[in-house]
Amino acid sequence: MTVLSLSKALNEGMRKAMEDDPKVLVMGEDVGKLGGVFRVTDGLQKDFGEDRVIDTPLAESGIIGTAIGLALRGYRPVCEIQFDGFVFPAADQIITQLAKMPMRSLGAIKLPVVVRIPCGGGIGAVEHHSESPEAYFTHTAGLRVVACSNPADAYSMIQQAIRCDDPVVFFEPKRRYWEKADVDTSSTDWWTPFDRARVVRPGADATLLAYGPMVKTCLQAAAAAEEDGRDLEVVDLRSLNPLDQPLVMESVRRTGRVVVVHEAPVNSGFGAELAARITEQCFYHLEAPVLRVGGFSTPYPPSKLEEHYLPDLDRVLDAVDRAFGY
Amino acid sequence: MTAEASRGAEAPPELVQLLTPEGERVEHPDYDIDLTPEEVRSLYRDLVLVRSIDLEAVALQRQGELGIWASLLGQEAAQIGSGRALTDADMAFPTYREHGVAWCRDVDPVKLLGLFRGVNHGGWDPKEHNFHLYTIVIGSQTLHAVGYAMGIQRDDAAAATLVYFGDGATSQGDVNESFIWASVFNAPIVFFCQNNQWAISEPLEKQTRIPLYRRASGFGFPGVRVDGNDVFACLAVTRKALEAARTGQGPTLIEAFTYRMGAHTTTDDPTRYRVASELEAWKLKDPIERVKAYLFKNELADQAFFDALDAEADQLGADLRRRCLAMPDPQPLDIFDHVYREPHSLIDEERAQFAAYLEGFEK
Ligand SMILES: Cc1ncc(C[n+]2csc(CCOP(=O)(O)OP(=O)(O)O)c2C)c(N)n1
Ligand SMILES: [Mg+2]
Repeated sequence: MTVLSLSKALNEGMRKAMEDDPKVLVMGEDVGKLGGVFRVTDGLQKDFGEDRVIDTPLAESGIIGTAIGLALRGYRPVCEIQFDGFVFPAADQIITQLAKMPMRSLGAIKLPVVVRIPCGGGIGAVEHHSESPEAYFTHTAGLRVVACSNPADAYSMIQQAIRCDDPVVFFEPKRRYWEKADVDTSSTDWWTPFDRARVVRPGADATLLAYGPMVKTCLQAAAAAEEDGRDLEVVDLRSLNPLDQPLVMESVRRTGRVVVVHEAPVNSGFGAELAARITEQCFYHLEAPVLRVGGFSTPYPPSKLEEHYLPDLDRVLDAVDRAFGY
Repeated sequence: MTAEASRGAEAPPELVQLLTPEGERVEHPDYDIDLTPEEVRSLYRDLVLVRSIDLEAVALQRQGELGIWASLLGQEAAQIGSGRALTDADMAFPTYREHGVAWCRDVDPVKLLGLFRGVNHGGWDPKEHNFHLYTIVIGSQTLHAVGYAMGIQRDDAAAATLVYFGDGATSQGDVNESFIWASVFNAPIVFFCQNNQWAISEPLEKQTRIPLYRRASGFGFPGVRVDGNDVFACLAVTRKALEAARTGQGPTLIEAFTYRMGAHTTTDDPTRYRVASELEAWKLKDPIERVKAYLFKNELADQAFFDALDAEADQLGADLRRRCLAMPDPQPLDIFDHVYREPHSLIDEERAQFAAYLEGFEK
């Protein structure tokens, strides 16, 4: 066991993947000498050289477009988008090319490209540095979309994403980068397939569904609810596309109440997909409608207001209360 | 082009320079400027005051009063020279570092702090100052500026647009598209690239193999490289380019060859990627010192002038600090303001829900 921060766990995971497979490349803005603005790629260029850890020109469309070309040539590029708000110049390449090219080739082409995106708010940043753009990508067929929430998952999931032959959009909760936990880097026995969800806290009375940065918030909410005599289950979805429906539905059928929590705006957010699927598959088990807690239908606010915008323990518990009010 | 050639202390031959780092006036065949002593003193005052604003903002960030700050240290001449070339009717589009241009457009410095303090995303009325909001997404504003210039063109107005961007930004698709649009439509625009040699940790050679100003010829308009630490040259070159734009001669790309003397922003640590000697070499080319030397040598200002200016700079800094701390925090329900201009039922619903939720805590 080693104690790793989430960012260091990603770093170690990428390092392992690069050692295991010489075709793995890392590319992005400032990923080389600087080691990325969050230091997630720290030291990789020093150890693997400038051909494998590439400081790219400042152009996100270029990063993903050339990653596609490199993948066509047999490489496995791991692309860093510096901040969530800057993925949009690359949206064209991701949506029209990366997501669809393998299918157009009738399976002849594989594009094992990983698009790493530090996501979410809570770090007091200026605009475009706190976005949660996952729903744009879950809405795009052809992409796998995953989100890690803790160091151990960060370590294993980044390696699974790199090994996966499909394009993967990989969300990293930036405000959790500095949180530390034990990670077993000596074996892979404990790894969960990266398209599976996990019950991170079992409970009987209601299910909290979360991913990325909100998993910790939900665990805190569950701990607080326990004092009020409520036993909340917390599910870390880990993969948004595909969604681990069996695990989610099993939990919901047991508890009968669901609150979905994400930072992204509720309106047309990923929670809408969850609510619809749960309603379709668990209708007769539900004691209350599926409730959603998330951002407002506004742009991400200036940082002095972000604590109001972001779901916190109180907002989660308020929704839990409402779920019990039915 | 090697790193040394692009960033060294030696001035490249193509550089338009009217004032040497030692404060000597030099002639240039294509560019000249005739400034009264009063005008030179005024430019000097601008340079000193914007540096003072900048230093105060860095200090405010260090003390936790700003979340982040992007310092203009070293780029004062590029910004004041170009900014003072604008007429009231011209329109300027900045990045996030153009505090000196904001100064020239009479934007109250405290309004620049709102974005960095996290109380708002903008903070001034672009129409009031003909100075657009800061743009953080690299390069986006270049297309807006071209569109604006196309509007000026269609209005038959005697005005031009000046758009700012960095060396890193020149790699963005938007910036290259803006060059194409400007060229094809012969738009009245001046592209002002402050080549400060760095895009965060990436040196210029990660973005280009040729001097940036030469890119213009491929797009079909002139490009010129100016000493970005020479306020006279920046003023002369920008004036000429803006006048060309206003008179139907189309776009110009100006590459202001300068240096980011500070960190990228207050959260950056440049010791991780650049050597101290580079900064030392550029310190000898400081944009303010050379004007001071010129004023001294030519006896255009006396000690009393410099002393009074120092006092004014201190006063400005202190005043900025006081007004920064006095800036009211936004209120939770402000989140819902200005998202739309017209009534919007979803916003209204969420605002009401959130207000009720907040009231629950008061009880
Ligand atoms: C589209 C986009 N990608 C990435 C970033 C992150 N970022 C902010 S500033 C910067 C470097 C900009 O360099 P340059 O254009 O030279 O301007 P400078 O900061 O040197 O003034 C980067 C990569 C961004 N703001 N927008
Ligand atoms: Mg730069």
